[in-house]
Amino acid sequence: MANKSISHGADSRLEIESTFKDRLSYLGRLLWRDRTGVVGILIFTTVVIAAVFAEFLTPYKPLDQDLYASKMPPMWEEEGSPEHPLGTDNLGRDMMARIFYGARVSLGVSFFGAIIAAILGVVLGAVAAYVGGRWDEIIMAPVNLVLSLPYLLFVVFIASVLGSSLLNVILIFGVTNSPIFARVTRGEVLKIRESAYVESAISAGARWWRVLLFHVMPNLVGPLVTLISFQISAMIFYEAGLGFIGLSVPPTVPSWGNMLSEGRRYISSYPWLTTMPGLAIMYTSLGMNLLGDWLRDVSDPRTRRSGR
Amino acid sequence: MLKYSFRKVGQSLLLAMGVLILAFAMVRMTGDPASLMMSRNASAEEREAFREVMGFNRPVLVQFGDWITHVFMGDFGDSLHFREPALPLVLQRLPATIRLAATGLAFAILIGIPLGLIAGFRANSLVDFFGRLIALLGQSIPNFWLGLILILIFAQRLGWFPVFGADKPESVVLPAFVLSLPVMGELLRLTRSAALEVRNEDFVRTAFSKGLHRYAIYIQHVLPNVAISLVSVIGVEFGYMLGGSIYIETVFAWPGMGQLVGQALGWRDFPLVQTIVVFTSLVVLGLNLLTDLIYALIDPRIRHGK
Repeated sequence: MANKSISHGADSRLEIESTFKDRLSYLGRLLWRDRTGVVGILIFTTVVIAAVFAEFLTPYKPLDQDLYASKMPPMWEEEGSPEHPLGTDNLGRDMMARIFYGARVSLGVSFFGAIIAAILGVVLGAVAAYVGGRWDEIIMAPVNLVLSLPYLLFVVFIASVLGSSLLNVILIFGVTNSPIFARVTRGEVLKIRESAYVESAISAGARWWRVLLFHVMPNLVGPLVTLISFQISAMIFYEAGLGFIGLSVPPTVPSWGNMLSEGRRYISSYPWLTTMPGLAIMYTSLGMNLLGDWLRDVSDPRTRRSGR
Repeated sequence: MLKYSFRKVGQSLLLAMGVLILAFAMVRMTGDPASLMMSRNASAEEREAFREVMGFNRPVLVQFGDWITHVFMGDFGDSLHFREPALPLVLQRLPATIRLAATGLAFAILIGIPLGLIAGFRANSLVDFFGRLIALLGQSIPNFWLGLILILIFAQRLGWFPVFGADKPESVVLPAFVLSLPVMGELLRLTRSAALEVRNEDFVRTAFSKGLHRYAIYIQHVLPNVAISLVSVIGVEFGYMLGGSIYIETVFAWPGMGQLVGQALGWRDFPLVQTIVVFTSLVVLGLNLLTDLIYALIDPRIRHGK
């Protein structure tokens, strides 16, 4: 690659140029090899930007009603106008504003849900693997129970019992998804504990917390970050699903699920009320899945060569 | 095999007990099941009377014991909305859900496995690309939304399929396809990676060098090896489809258990919801057990290992 540049003499300028090109193409090849990750990160970044800077990206508020401009189609259709690029809904609320602000809810719910699930699950799984014996059984029995149940039914059940609020939805997702983190953590910790470097650390006199913090935890990061990324994608689905049957955040909150459930009533006359939030969900979820696939490959180089 | 089976059955029974405890606890999670099931403007006397009828004013352990014994006798309690036993109501809806899930599973198997085989043998070909696209979309499209879009296109605009209901034989196509998509992706991915592993094995290379036709090799030599890992997934996926069709049945007005859940939630008919959740969970546990046993039967390594 860049080793041509080790030269001396008259036309070194040319050489430098070629190394620059070389580097660029090397970078290009790197990005191309990790194209799924690049696309995933790009998608994720745009969604985060839309969520964080919603105020600056659209002049409208998600709850502002303008009945004179209601039911306007997206701008690329005949009756649409660039003032409302994605059209307006049945109450004249700007669809783009609702989708941008909705990203806050959907991303927020799934991000915090996934974080809570990860913390709970990692603690449970690590204790089960580390303490072992009876505690392993006591912790893993409910974990295995939840993992073998029809998840969707139980979540719908719990959500309808507890009632809809933002905090409830986050907590429900956090608690009900912790078992998968517990199982993964337990499996990984058991595997790591058997490894030679942990054994040598212990025989060198490292305390248990030191082993856990400096030898076990760093090896957990890869699988956990991968899982979190897939879980965020899954929770965006669950939120949308719950919103769809009216069990997610209160209907006044502009979440993608709530938009779908309202839009569905007008699907034959104003289809963009349904298609737009659905596309937003699909776009975000696609990004998170690509990101997750890539993270899985990167964090476990052994899987990297196969299947490509 | 016998020992293995006993252990698996025992585990499943414990899990079933866990399901019952969980479902019982969930209705009482808020502390007052009466206010959960009654409308907001019910008077204090009405609430008290309701608690009396439902037995909510007894100690929780007594209620639990009572409920469990009734469940063992096949009595899951009465639906509040229909005012009749809940279990028969659920069983009435079961055939429709099974028909939907079975058709979906058939789609997933018939499309996912052949595509996965071809994709595995020709990595980075067009088929491989197409297959990965299906797998990715299956993961990334919310199924109820896809259902709505398909209704919009194929039922309303093109008129190829009925918009909703289960009156005609072709009614099942759209909902079953939507339900099958994530499973199809999963089967495709599994088959592909299994085929990737098998393709360099000696017996496959021998078959190729014998001059056997490619498809004959796929079907006679590769598929049996792939099948073992698929069996364990298919049972679980079928359970997932039985319990995961709430939204799809609601969107397509498919008269199955999923639609009933949606309706029962609207009526705040929690005994009915509880019955469906318990019943479906038990069916899923049964399916998982069956899968484990079949898996052990065809793969001796499982039952002798550990």
